[in-house]
Amino acid sequence: MKKNPFSLHVNMDDFIPATAEEKEYMVQMRPSTTFFKDGVKRLLKNKVATVSFVLIVLITLTSIFLPMLWPYGYDQQLGQVWGRPMDPSYNNLAPFEYGTTEQARIAAGESIFPHIFGTDSQGRDYFIRVVYGARISLGVGFFASIIVLIIGMTVGSIAGYIGGKVDIIIMRIVDIIYSLPDTLMVILLASVMKVSLGALIEGTVLAKLGSNMISLFVVFALLYWVSMSRLIRGQILSLREQEYVLASKAAGAKSGWVIKKHLIPNCISVVIISTALQIPNAIFTESYLSFLGLGVNAPMPSLGSLASDALNGISSYPHRLVIPAVVISLIVLSLNLFGDGLRDAFDPKLKN
Amino acid sequence: MNSKTLLYILKRIFLAALTVWIVITITFFVTRAVPGGPFLGEKALSAEAEAALNAKYGLDKPVFEQYTTYLSDILFRFDFGPSLKDRGRDVVDIITNGMKVSIKLGVCAAAIATVVGVVLGAVAALRRNKLVDKIIMVVTTAFVSMPSFIMGTLLLLLFAQVLKWVPANGATAGGLIMPVITLALYPAAYITRLTRSSMLDVLGQDYIRTARAKGVSPVKVIFGHALKNSLIPVITYLGPMLAYIVTGSLVVEQIFAVPGIGRDFVNSITNRDYPLIMGTTIVLATLIVVMNLVSDIMYKVVDPRITLE
Repeated sequence: MKKNPFSLHVNMDDFIPATAEEKEYMVQMRPSTTFFKDGVKRLLKNKVATVSFVLIVLITLTSIFLPMLWPYGYDQQLGQVWGRPMDPSYNNLAPFEYGTTEQARIAAGESIFPHIFGTDSQGRDYFIRVVYGARISLGVGFFASIIVLIIGMTVGSIAGYIGGKVDIIIMRIVDIIYSLPDTLMVILLASVMKVSLGALIEGTVLAKLGSNMISLFVVFALLYWVSMSRLIRGQILSLREQEYVLASKAAGAKSGWVIKKHLIPNCISVVIISTALQIPNAIFTESYLSFLGLGVNAPMPSLGSLASDALNGISSYPHRLVIPAVVISLIVLSLNLFGDGLRDAFDPKLKN
Repeated sequence: MNSKTLLYILKRIFLAALTVWIVITITFFVTRAVPGGPFLGEKALSAEAEAALNAKYGLDKPVFEQYTTYLSDILFRFDFGPSLKDRGRDVVDIITNGMKVSIKLGVCAAAIATVVGVVLGAVAALRRNKLVDKIIMVVTTAFVSMPSFIMGTLLLLLFAQVLKWVPANGATAGGLIMPVITLALYPAAYITRLTRSSMLDVLGQDYIRTARAKGVSPVKVIFGHALKNSLIPVITYLGPMLAYIVTGSLVVEQIFAVPGIGRDFVNSITNRDYPLIMGTTIVLATLIVVMNLVSDIMYKVVDPRITLE
């Protein structure tokens, strides 16, 4: 029968039940993905961020494990042997050179572990000092960010969730701390605290860290939490007004449930991203203070203090300046790029 | 200017004054908390000498009275007291001497950074995704994540030690070239990125298309319409830029031995010269707060569309 295109007759062929094969074809055979998996997939597609991440992991692992294997200590003066006068031939060695006693041992057929970056003016192996410096810088960056995260999150969520007068008072304090010139305050606090803290922490576990390091953490805890708390307050304020929170409340949810099921999961990506971006900031500040002589206590090295020490011998030993400079730029750059990638992958809304 | 804008400006001025007062207060009490007192330094003194010094500097009075005296000295007589290490010199004297050099340095750096940043940013935006744009973006990314002291030391190494083009000492003639370039690099890179993104945003606006459709010459569209409007975000950056230049000058002056206020500040910290630490902190902090205030107000006045809180 020839079909009339204008006919209103229903073509009964369209209503034949689908065969099993046809049904199979329509089913999407993809495992359901979670928000986290989806984000990781997007992150892995971003080549710059992936390379940065690999670099960070490599530097971190090196700085943690290499000192255990290395034959020289970061504060070991190689020219100094117990009961003998100081051997000055170990000071200021160029890369892959050896001190006199080492040369004698090499001549005798012994194999000596090379000083890859040479030694510094006090005869300390420079490579291990750079590795240690990277460890200190990364450690300070990581723990300072954790401190900032904890304080900022607590204050921000209290201000955002309780609201009212508490919110107004907290936000005024935040405004004032925010408008303080932070670097100047940091320098002032660090310079004074390293004097007054020294006596306070003597004999405790904290003394091992050194007064300068503690004052660094205190300064971070005092000044840098404000932007984090602002961010979290803003997040909570906007999330609180969302329809799904209203729906959940209307359905009888208690506030504990709302916080656990709606507020925290929706905040968490912002929190993680801004913490990740806080780390390079903290490293930056630490190296800056170390460069000014307010960072870690000697003989402990940090990348900033290594660069600062190298400034005196810049014409004779330029490599001592270039090496920590390159390492610190690499760390800060890769952390920044990774943080940006993390932001793009997990919270595209944040990108402006 | 309507009353709402005026109210906003007054509010900002009040907040700035409050901030300066808090800075002074923190500085005062923090330096008073140092063991041994701020005017005594490290060496152990005999009891009589300490008492005499305390009396001379008014340290035997109650802390609150010392505080009010210090505050009124600063506000009404512009007096920060004598320097500890530099005997016979007033803190104000040291600061004004340092400021002469530092202001020259800072203003040059800010001017270069703004001009270079705006030009490069506009070029990058107009040549979007071309080779020029890509090169500019890669270079600025590198500069933005390099700490100023690293940049300074590497430039010093390259131009003063290896190439010997410029003197390494900032106190000599031509010695300010390197510090200015070092200080300008980061803000220039930042302004480039800022101008580029805001220019791209403006170039996509309807009024640009309208202007082009009307037959306005491309030069006029770029300079009269696009560039002018994309400079608004740059204005907001002026305050933070000055803050960066002030803190950057602390290390840059140290690296290049420029006799400016930044070097005085750093030296005062290593010398534990507390009156000088207090004086420089207060002066620099006030400078930063005032510049932030000015750039904030300018931002609101230049672009009336911006809603006031």
